[in-house]
Amino acid sequence: MIYRETGQFKTTYASDSQLFPILQDRAFVIGALVFAFVAVPFLASDYLFRAILTPFLILSLAALGLNILVGYCGQVSLGTGGFMAVGAYAAYNFAVRVPQLDLIVIFILAGLCAALVGVVFGIPSLRIKGFYLAVATLAAQFFIDWAFARIQWFTNDTPSGSVSAPPLSVLGHAIQGPVQKYLLVLSIVAVAALVARNLTRGAIGRSWMATRDMDVAAEVIGIRPLHAKLTAFAVSSFFVGMSGALWAFVYLGSWEPLAFDVNRSFQLLFMVIIGGLGSILGSFLGAAFIVILPLVLNQLPTALGIPLSTAMISHIEFMVFGALIVFFLIAEPRGLARLWAIGKEKLRLWPFPH
Amino acid sequence: MDFARHRLTVAFLALLALAAAAPMFLGVAKFPQWLEVALGGLLTGVLYSLVALGLVLIFKASGVFNFAQGAMVLFAALTLVRLAEKMPLALAIAVTLAIMIAMAWVIERVVLRPLVNQEGIVLFMATLGVAYFLDGFGQSLWGSDIYTLHVGMPKEPKIILESTFDGGVLVDMEDFVAAIIAAILVAALALFFQKTATGRALRAVADDHQAAQSVGIPLNRIWVIVWSVAGLVALVAGIVWGSKLGVQFSISQVALKALPVVILGGFTSIPGAIVGGLIIGLGEKLSEVYLGPAFGGGIENWFAYVLALVFLLFRPEGLFGEKIIDRV
Amino acid sequence: MKREYRIKAAALALAVAGTLGVALDALAQSSKEIFVPVLVYRTGPYAPNGVPWANGFVDYLKLVNARDGGVNGVKIAYEECETGYATDRGVECYERLKSKHPVAYSPLSTGITYALTDKVFGDHIVLITAGYGRADSVDGAVFRWNFPMLGTYWDGADILVQHVKAKGSLKGKKIALVYHDSPYGKEPIPVLEELAKREGFELLKLPVTAPGVEQKATWLQIRQQRPDYVFVWGWGVMNSTALKEAIAVSYPRAQIYGVWWSAAEPDVVPAEMAAKGYNGLALGHSAEKTDPIHKDMIKYLYDKGQGTAANKSDIGSVLYNRGMLSAMLTVESIRAAQKKYGNRVVTGDEVRWGAEHLNIDAARIKALGVEGMMQPVHTSCADHGGVHAARIHTWDGSEWSYTSEMYTSETKYLAPMIKASAEKYAAEKKLPIEDCGKAS
Repeated sequence: MIYRETGQFKTTYASDSQLFPILQDRAFVIGALVFAFVAVPFLASDYLFRAILTPFLILSLAALGLNILVGYCGQVSLGTGGFMAVGAYAAYNFAVRVPQLDLIVIFILAGLCAALVGVVFGIPSLRIKGFYLAVATLAAQFFIDWAFARIQWFTNDTPSGSVSAPPLSVLGHAIQGPVQKYLLVLSIVAVAALVARNLTRGAIGRSWMATRDMDVAAEVIGIRPLHAKLTAFAVSSFFVGMSGALWAFVYLGSWEPLAFDVNRSFQLLFMVIIGGLGSILGSFLGAAFIVILPLVLNQLPTALGIPLSTAMISHIEFMVFGALIVFFLIAEPRGLARLWAIGKEKLRLWPFPH
Repeated sequence: MDFARHRLTVAFLALLALAAAAPMFLGVAKFPQWLEVALGGLLTGVLYSLVALGLVLIFKASGVFNFAQGAMVLFAALTLVRLAEKMPLALAIAVTLAIMIAMAWVIERVVLRPLVNQEGIVLFMATLGVAYFLDGFGQSLWGSDIYTLHVGMPKEPKIILESTFDGGVLVDMEDFVAAIIAAILVAALALFFQKTATGRALRAVADDHQAAQSVGIPLNRIWVIVWSVAGLVALVAGIVWGSKLGVQFSISQVALKALPVVILGGFTSIPGAIVGGLIIGLGEKLSEVYLGPAFGGGIENWFAYVLALVFLLFRPEGLFGEKIIDRV
Repeated sequence: MKREYRIKAAALALAVAGTLGVALDALAQSSKEIFVPVLVYRTGPYAPNGVPWANGFVDYLKLVNARDGGVNGVKIAYEECETGYATDRGVECYERLKSKHPVAYSPLSTGITYALTDKVFGDHIVLITAGYGRADSVDGAVFRWNFPMLGTYWDGADILVQHVKAKGSLKGKKIALVYHDSPYGKEPIPVLEELAKREGFELLKLPVTAPGVEQKATWLQIRQQRPDYVFVWGWGVMNSTALKEAIAVSYPRAQIYGVWWSAAEPDVVPAEMAAKGYNGLALGHSAEKTDPIHKDMIKYLYDKGQGTAANKSDIGSVLYNRGMLSAMLTVESIRAAQKKYGNRVVTGDEVRWGAEHLNIDAARIKALGVEGMMQPVHTSCADHGGVHAARIHTWDGSEWSYTSEMYTSETKYLAPMIKASAEKYAAEKKLPIEDCGKAS
């Protein structure tokens, strides 16, 4: 009843093909954005910004990138951590060697570097499919980890191999404090989500989905597999690289190659699977779930008054994590986004059952 | 193998062999030293094959890429080493085996049966979830320390051919005994598959699920059996790796090395797992010792994967794997 | 259909509950207690070495509360946070526990130290990195909040070379460094390269990818290159694997020297008798088990069932002692702060002053019950380390024993290296450099 689109007529092509054709959807998204930009800076505590909102936003950007590759184009990739590392170190090198560049420009350049590397490591996807490709992307992951640990030039010849980001400033305005960092990340992620949504709605997104569903048939009707797969790798790595740069500069501040190891790749893949493959909203939902779950698990025993050692809490985290993944895969293999969609469907009919 | 059709693959393998022997031609290494590294590599490769065997078994029979194999190896090793503290070793092994079979049954019931017709990626993610669960469960039950597993493996190396070569050639006896154990296991598995009724049923299921069902082979029971056999293989791998490294958390990460092995050998071939393991082990150690210093060291982690990747470009199904046929 | 619907509804509910269950902010922290967070790892590949250190740290804090009633009457509140040696989890623990007004962190990880160094400048929290951390943070003019007390890796590298030089000139010899491929393992390389130039030995660098279970190729290379000495800079399972592989290639254990984090019981016990002769750096202490402090631990904690370690026999092991000393340095810094600012709950700034003006002399060491386990510590603005001494201890198959006198690191060439590195950091981060002459 609330969600009915009855009475919403479109009179122009432009209004018919807009991003959120239903008024309620539009209102909700704009409301959420306004809330995030205007209300949250006043309502949330320091801890929420630094430990929850900022990492959630950055990781959802990475999940967005991975979702484009795995969800929309069907190419399984376990090398996401490596591409994040490329973005992070590229941003560091630009910031240190060309300090005149503005931070946003640095992030975009970092994304472009990661896109380039992504294309190079995506070339095997033309021959290899499925699990084989997943293992091939592991080659990218381990090679990139090694390269940043070994090649001194990337770390500006720091003997310890640990690099730290210079102070942040956008258009001359210094970014200090958790609220400003949150707003910076939020703006970048909002723009990126918009770009991703439009890409997946367009011809290029359709070519990705065709390749995912049946690549031979797609080739037969004229979609060039080279073009589709490599653009998927490029766009995906662009987002992932940018998120890597954000993670390093805004969240960690100081990092070493181990911060982007294979566990990070698995974490992102979990986000995408649990959130929902082939869905922009799913990337956000999955990221939220994965970021908040360990914190909840950590606090729950103390909140319930059960004294457990940190080791046991950590083990239980692993167990609950694994069990939840299996549970979600059984209950709803299409992820949280599908649950959301089902909810919306029910809302259209509410209060009527059918 | 049709040599004419697989010209590229044969050429690639020949190139590999040349590259492997190159350090001797270039004068960087003398034969006894090269032999040491090569032997060490081959023996390590056999250890990787042990883990890869479990992967291949499960993929062959149920089409599931079992990412939890490493976690199973760790769980089996942990259970064994902690039980062995309280009871004689033989009894501990028997009890651990029983536990692994029970675990196989639980996994089949809880994870596999509800996901029966899902795509491969979903099953793969489910096994990832199982891997995480087992990691946490094993450590919460048995602890996170390094546990020493005493199964009587020799620790001191043996120097052979001292009279022929100056300094002799070093052979790691523990790895050597492990290789013999692996060979016995493979022989036993081969016998099992060829000579017993259950083995034949397993091969039938691996060939075609529906056809096997239509002749009356119970799929669910077969899957439990397959996962149990994989559990046995995991136990043997756990004993060998645990004795070598000590039973600790990182053993489950060693399983990641088994992935290039199955790629090279083919996901559905047991001899492929062995041959793939040998090639990966050999390539890894030779590259680290002779190529590594030029790059600053530490390359063996990614070299195996890059080798597998390059190989895939020429032969996407692996050395012994079934040719991939796409139905459009 | 109904069942499927119920499962889906349950999944949705779970997801919503999970996402809504945001971690609660810390509330129940009494303003009458000084809060000391304990960043530990009791799981993962580094747990075998992390657990005894954590036990020692927490035991000492418990002892101070139980035996002394706190520091000058003010009790210490503590909370463990699991980091798994991962930098991002360490940062998350740091952020989460910051709301409880901690005075000092000891992250037990050089990687996490690097990440937190940037943050403590703004948050005014002390980082006490006893025996690890940034070697250049000895320079208190730049690193106002870092305190690498008891010794840094540059000290350790220098002392090791001093010791092997005493066995015979190093000119023309070969020393191999088997190191963990992380900031921790790479830290001694600048000093070792400098010393290689001065003393005329060849340095062979052999990195081991984390977590360090693949070392066969490394030690086969060592067997072929035949270095005169091997220095091991590992952590967690890398150490025991290194020893096992050394045994497998028959490299004489007496020629292997581990840094103080690679020379403890979890590293040698897995190899048992075969590790006999392995040497390591002892950061002032070894595996003393019968000092007055240990007796106090048993009397006040373990006899009452309050001890942290699983077995009483773990008390006094090498890493347990080091954790204990780390906690002790934190408490002494708090005590020094209270001496100046009053016997109350002191702030981070005040504890920083305390840490910078530590003066633990021989009499105080004896009073603390750790005589023979520590050298006198005297910190200042120019020297946040306080002491730069270590000696060698050797494993005889069942226990450690000292096999050298105390060495002190050579400041003559180390000091300019530290200063240059600290100034580079300050320039990169645009930080002000304090003038130590004028600092209070």
